[in-house]
Amino acid sequence: MSIVPISYYLVLSAILFGLAIVAFVFKRNIITIFMAIELMLNAVNLAFVAFARAHNQLDGLVFVFFVIVVAAAESAVGLAIIITLYQNRQTLNIERINLLKF
Amino acid sequence: MFILDHLWIIIALPLVGSAINGLLGKNFSKTVVNSVGIGSIALAFLAFVELVREFAQLPAEQIPWVKPYFTWITAGQFKVDFSLQVDQLTIVMLGVVTFVSLLVHVYSTGYMAHEEGYYRFFSYLNLFVFFMLTLVLAANVVLMFVGWEGVGLCSYLLIGFWFLKQSAISAGKKAFITTRIGDFGFTIGILLLFWTFKSVDFGTIFKQLASAQPAAAVPTGILTTICLLLFTGAIGKSAQLPLYVWLPDAMEGPTPVSALIHAATMVTAGVYMVARMNPLFSRAPIAMFVVALIGALTAFYAATIGLVQTDIKKVLAYSTVSQLGYMFLGLGVGAYASGVFHLMTHAFFKGLLFLAAGSVIHAMGGDQEMPHMGGLRSKIPITFWTMFIATFAIAGIPGFAGFFSKDEILEAARSGPNANIWLWLLGLIGAGLTSFYMFRLIFLTFFGEPRYDEHKVHVHESPSNMTVPLILLAILATVGGWVAAPHLVGGTEYFDKFLHPVFTMYAPAAVEAPPETVEAPGMMLLHALAGYPVLIALAGLLLAWWFYIKSPQTPKKLADSLRAPYTLILHKYYVDELYNAAIIQPLLWISTNVLWHVMDEGVIDGTVNGVARVARESGSELREIQSGNARSYATWVVIGAVGVTVLMLGLWGMVR
Repeated sequence: MSIVPISYYLVLSAILFGLAIVAFVFKRNIITIFMAIELMLNAVNLAFVAFARAHNQLDGLVFVFFVIVVAAAESAVGLAIIITLYQNRQTLNIERINLLKF
Repeated sequence: MFILDHLWIIIALPLVGSAINGLLGKNFSKTVVNSVGIGSIALAFLAFVELVREFAQLPAEQIPWVKPYFTWITAGQFKVDFSLQVDQLTIVMLGVVTFVSLLVHVYSTGYMAHEEGYYRFFSYLNLFVFFMLTLVLAANVVLMFVGWEGVGLCSYLLIGFWFLKQSAISAGKKAFITTRIGDFGFTIGILLLFWTFKSVDFGTIFKQLASAQPAAAVPTGILTTICLLLFTGAIGKSAQLPLYVWLPDAMEGPTPVSALIHAATMVTAGVYMVARMNPLFSRAPIAMFVVALIGALTAFYAATIGLVQTDIKKVLAYSTVSQLGYMFLGLGVGAYASGVFHLMTHAFFKGLLFLAAGSVIHAMGGDQEMPHMGGLRSKIPITFWTMFIATFAIAGIPGFAGFFSKDEILEAARSGPNANIWLWLLGLIGAGLTSFYMFRLIFLTFFGEPRYDEHKVHVHESPSNMTVPLILLAILATVGGWVAAPHLVGGTEYFDKFLHPVFTMYAPAAVEAPPETVEAPGMMLLHALAGYPVLIALAGLLLAWWFYIKSPQTPKKLADSLRAPYTLILHKYYVDELYNAAIIQPLLWISTNVLWHVMDEGVIDGTVNGVARVARESGSELREIQSGNARSYATWVVIGAVGVTVLMLGLWGMVR
């Protein structure tokens, strides 16, 4: 049984990460942006798992669990912020939420 | 030997008094302030009396008695001890300072009774006595300088005592700054002194001077420079030409201050210093001549200004400047003892004159203008008689203190070792002028018809705490000179004899003393009584009597016929205006246009403001980055991440 080389996983991870960045920068809907962030985390997770497998070490896996936990907490907080934001501004367009400046 | 071992007690007493009154006096009653203020000085005076007793028993070889207490400064070779010394000169000065200040303190309880800041006044006055005693007792020139500056500080504080009065503040500043010009020279003189002798102790310096072999002797040029620099300090402190301008203005201070600081003690510090440095001055004939010249010129010059002043205290101020000139004339012609003798008698009669003038001002309800007075003789008899005696003393009428001392100085200027006939002539004319303006003061104030409004001004004699010091000083102004009296009948000169060791111990080897001219005692007395100084003093008296009693229109007519010189003198030779135009205005111009507008505003402010402006402007440009658009933030983050990655991979070579 041939082993899929690690570079495949890493390339996939990079592609996912790149897509997420593009979505993060160009999308207008906050929820979409939020999803892009989650996608980035998962792209990184994939890389971690691939390395852990390749080196036969558990450190990467441990990191992945941490990232999942933090991502869960983050999505809870993030969704709460988004809901509050919508209640106050009646919009989810990121370009109209621009008070955080000088 | 208690006080001799504990000399510090004498200077500590006024300091403690000053501290108690100054720090806690605000809530004290006047009785407590009085007891602390007068008590500390009275104790210092008692300590002085005990010191005289112990000093009298001291064997001659232990004089000067030096008492080192602790090392104050050490820096390489430079070593200054806190050490005090006593010799005959110190005794004279201590006596004058403690006694006159005791009387002035008592007098002040009456004069200052209704003033705000009563405790503050006494605190300053005690502090002044502390510094003055430090100056006098110091055994090295640096400690002396501490006292020297300290009395200047107290002078400043007391001239500006009524600090809500603009003129008083300016006068205080003027006094401080003008004397500081002299002190600059004094400081350099001290440095040069140390550089030459590697010591600042009087004893060490004088011994080196006296023991130096002719080959190893210090060059006269350096000695002359040192003496002239030290004398610059004396010019400032003792208000001689050309730095005398502060003393007349210093009359803005309360009258007891004028009496104590600006007549009896502080202004004589310069005389004391030159007398103390006599081994140096004796070896620098040029410096001696300068001292005598400045003294004689000042004596004459200030006397002319005194002729036309109408403010009673201003007349006395110019008179003080003039009398200080006599002291320097005495020192300059080598008659150190006579100069110091005049210092002592002057402290008595000029202190008395000021205190009496204060009593007159008190009686007039604060008016100091003589044209507003007149006929006060019967209203305030004690003040009149004491002031009359003091006037006799200062004018040099035979029998009173000033006669003996001034006569000695003029005699030394005429026939002494460094006699100079022109200086003698200046002094002689000055003596006539002195007599004239002093009797003018007396006649204008106490004689003739009253020129004040008797309904408005309630003239009254001062309380006894003011008149008793007057009477005591009047006694001294009379008998204070008698220690020199036997001299006139061919007897011993007690005062000269007493001070003799101070002025001969380190003196240069004499060029063979001139043979004593033996004169019949009676002839000598006749000589002195009919001598020029006495004649000219009497002439001044008669002239003043003619001008201000006999025909009071004469002065006005004379002033009208001599309009130009009269205006010149009335405006004090325009010296203040000259200094203003020649020194103060250029200084102001440079300060404003160069130091302020160019240096301060341009360079210093420019640098600081420039840095701030760069920060502000770059900040206002950079803040555009923070647009509030979350997407642009995201872009920056991405750019940053890419940048870091490129750095890590490419430049730092972290690729395996």
